[in-house]
Order: sequence, then structure tokens, then C-alpha cells
Amino acid sequence: MPLPALPKRYHPASIWALYAVGLLPAVWTFYLGATGQLIGNPVKIFEHLLGEWALRFMILTLLISPIRDVLGINWVRYRRALGLLAFWYVAMHFLAYMVLDKRLAIDVIVEDVFKRWFITIGMAGFVLLIPLALTSNRWSIRRLGPGWNKLHRLIYPIAAAGALHYCLSVKVIGPEQLIYAGLITILIAWRLVRRHYMDWKRGKRQSSSELASAIPRAD
Amino acid sequence: MRRYRPTAIPGSEITPEASYLQRRDILRLGAAGGLALAAPLASPSLSIAAEPEPLAAAPGGYDPGEELTPEADATSYNNFYEFGTGKGDPKARSGDFNPRPWSIKVDGMVGKPAEFDLDALMALGLEERTYRMRCVEAWSMVIPWIGFPLAALLDKVEPQGSAKYVAFETIVRAQEMPGQRGAFQPLDWPYVEGLRLDEARHPLTIMAMGLYGKTLPNQNGAPVRLVVPWKYGFKGIKSIVRMTLTEEQPASTWNRLAPNEYGFYANVNPAVDHPRWSQAKENRIGGGGFFGSNERPTLPFNGYGDEVASLYDGMDLTVNF
Repeated sequence: MPLPALPKRYHPASIWALYAVGLLPAVWTFYLGATGQLIGNPVKIFEHLLGEWALRFMILTLLISPIRDVLGINWVRYRRALGLLAFWYVAMHFLAYMVLDKRLAIDVIVEDVFKRWFITIGMAGFVLLIPLALTSNRWSIRRLGPGWNKLHRLIYPIAAAGALHYCLSVKVIGPEQLIYAGLITILIAWRLVRRHYMDWKRGKRQSSSELASAIPRAD
Repeated sequence: MRRYRPTAIPGSEITPEASYLQRRDILRLGAAGGLALAAPLASPSLSIAAEPEPLAAAPGGYDPGEELTPEADATSYNNFYEFGTGKGDPKARSGDFNPRPWSIKVDGMVGKPAEFDLDALMALGLEERTYRMRCVEAWSMVIPWIGFPLAALLDKVEPQGSAKYVAFETIVRAQEMPGQRGAFQPLDWPYVEGLRLDEARHPLTIMAMGLYGKTLPNQNGAPVRLVVPWKYGFKGIKSIVRMTLTEEQPASTWNRLAPNEYGFYANVNPAVDHPRWSQAKENRIGGGGFFGSNERPTLPFNGYGDEVASLYDGMDLTVNF
């Protein structure tokens, strides 16, 4: 282990701490916006911040298993919290758009969702995230069995939709969009090569142990 | 049709000549001081940008009678991709930009090509005019600009009879403009824009050198920028170094990048949506947090239709958007 392991008794507390810290950017920015301390376009600033944090948590969620595969560090216990944080940020992003930005003008929102591509894609991502959030509990995992894994593979198209939504929403794709879209692309592509990597890693370990046993002792 | 009549300037409003001349000295001093500081250190990225200074101007007679956007909003929520694509980037990352000394080169189809330094530009007659500013991103502001009519500058260079357009160009200075350097450049530099000559000569069209009674801050396009109040904000090219009179319609940066989204004319038009958002309404920027900004309907030609609609008689504005 390259990192000192967190004693097991602190695991539940560390997960709750992650929720608390993860929600801080939303709470703090909401406070600034509600008290008139966001200069410029407070609604858009808040809305965009929520969307960006949703992408960040999405990326962190997708990072958990490659970290385990490559570095051998197991942070799977944090994955549900990260995934749910991503969901909550997407939900808040949508709420900010619906309530603060469009002021509940349902006709305008419906027109946006059906007429404007990037909003359609973002909305699809949000809708697909809902069943994942609803089944992010032990009971559902037990109940759905292998179906749970299959269902939760939806996170890949959802993350891709998020990246696309971000890239299509701006006037011109800049470094920020490239970084988020690039990371999500790499993390999805990793899933395609993961099996080969694991086989290769296992093979290497095996052949080195075979080699060790094949060398005659020099005594 | 209502006609534009400049308001008479009361004598009391006229700046005493002494302080007018002194102000230029302050500018010169600032520039010289900056150079003196920079020279021995020979560091181009040294922060020597001048702070905005008071700038006197005669009242220009334009005021929509709407509440001014707070200065803090107008000078910190900006699009100026030379400093970065974020709205806060122009203010946060323009500290290294030094807009003095400066000059605009005017060439092309003119009788008298010329180069204008800041003194020569200011001598064209600064006026304060409050205009609505409508960004293509569906937000708007009300800004008290200080500038001179572009027509005054064009008169000096004597455009030839066959000249039909004016092309504008922003400075390229990567060492002072972080958005112009790095591996990934969102736009092709220099930023370019263009107007039809009659649009450029229209009395509403000004070259701004200040706002809120002060010289332009870097993030707003120091030291001199275009303001065309009936067009979307991206037409208001900033930090201009060159103008060329042409017979052919010149390229404009956003039109070149996405011709289906940004037209050459870019007249504010609530009836023609941007493909990715509606232009029917706008969000008026101005303090007060989530509930302080207010949504209002966007007006054709940004409310300047009486003055400018005749420029486009017989044109289909949904095609020439």
C-alpha cells in the first residue's frame, strides 16, 4: 500500500465527511448568490458551477475502479457517495435552470428540451441518472442481483452525455471543455481495454512466480 | 421618423481647457512611468497596466432613461477571449496588458491613410452617451460610454467613393494576453470585425475610450473599442489597432467560426433565435443576487429601430441576421 490505510472504524465517518465537503461548493455559492455577492450574472454563475461540479463528481466516480486496477488502492467505499453527489449536482443544476433561470416558465423549458440539442442531451442524462440514484442502496443491489451491474453501466452513456452537453452549450470549445470531455473519454475508453490490462497484469504476476519456482536453488 | 438632434452643451458642462490639457499630461506621465519601470527590468509580463483614470467628456445627448448597470458588474462580467473564455477572466487576467502608448492605423480605400495616437483620437471630440448593450448570450447592460463618433475619424481619412465596408482588427500581443498563448486557442487571432460604411458612419456608432467617467479598463477593451448599440455585443471589437476601408465585405471572427450562429450584421433581433437559445428575452445584469436580475423582452435593433431600421430597408433580416 503506497498510502497509509484509514483505520476501518473511520470509514463510515469519512464517507459522511465526503458528502458534507462535496456539497459545500453548492451551499456556499447559493449563499453568495442569495445575498447578492455574486457579481455579474449570479443565476448563470450558480447554474454553471453546479453543472461543472456534477461533471467533476462524475469523473471521480469513474476513477474509482481504474485506481483500484492500476494502483491497487481500493476506494470503492466512496463510489456511492461520489455517484450520488454527481446526481445531486445534476439535479440542482436542473433546478437552478428551471426555477432561477427560466422562472418556472414550463412552455419555455419544454421548447428548450425539444428544440435545443444540448439541452435535450443534458436532460436525457439527468433522466437516466434517476434510476441509478434510486437503486443506490443495499436493498436494491440484493434485489436486482446481476441486473444491478447492468443497470449501473448506464453511467457511461450518462457521463458521455454530460460531456457533450457541456461542449455544445458554449459558444466555442475552450480548454475547460476539452479537459472534461478528454477525461471522460479516457475513463470510458479504459473500460474497453481494462480486461486486456488485467489479463496482462495477471499473466505477468503468474509468469514471474513460475519463473521463481523454476530457478533451481543454488545451495 | 424621429431624427437625431444633438443636445446643446451647456457652458457649465464644458471642461476647462487647463484641466483638459492636464489630463493628457497625466496620461503621458503614466505611459512614461510605465516605460521607465519596465525598461530596466526588461520583463514584458511585468504588470504595468494603468488604472482607469478620470476622463472628461461633453454630454452626448443619448440616455435611454434606464437604470445604469452597476459599474462593478460592467467591469467584471466580460467577454474578451484574448484574456480567456470565462466571464471573469478578462478582469482577472488582463493585469499585464499595457494599452499605452497606442495607435490605430487606418488604411485601405482612403484618400489619406493615417495613424492616430490616443491624443489624436481624443481630439475627435469625446462625448458621454448611455447605451443599452445586448450580448448575443441573452444578457444586457446599460452603460455610460465615453467616446467619439466613428464618422469623425472616417472624415479625417477621406474614404474613397468605392469603399463600402470598414474592417477592424484587435491587437495581437500574446505576451500580455494569456488567452492568445498556450496549446489551445479557441479563436484565430487577431479578432476581426466589420461594418458596412453607412453603419460605421451612423451617428449612433462610436469608438469608446471610457465608461463611467473613466478611461476604459483593460477588460472592457482599453484603450479604444467599437460600440454599435443596435448590434450584438460581439460586434463591439476591443483594443483596436487597425481599420481598413474595403470594397468587399470583410471577415468577422464569430461569423467565420460559426456562420449558422453569428451573422455579419448581427443586429439585435428578438424574432431570430440563436440556434441554441432564444433571443426573445434578455436578462438585465445588475446587482441584487439571484432575485435582482430581471428578465425583459428584447427589442428589435435593441430599441434603436427608429434611428437605424432604415439602413436595412428591403433586406430580409432572417437571412441577413
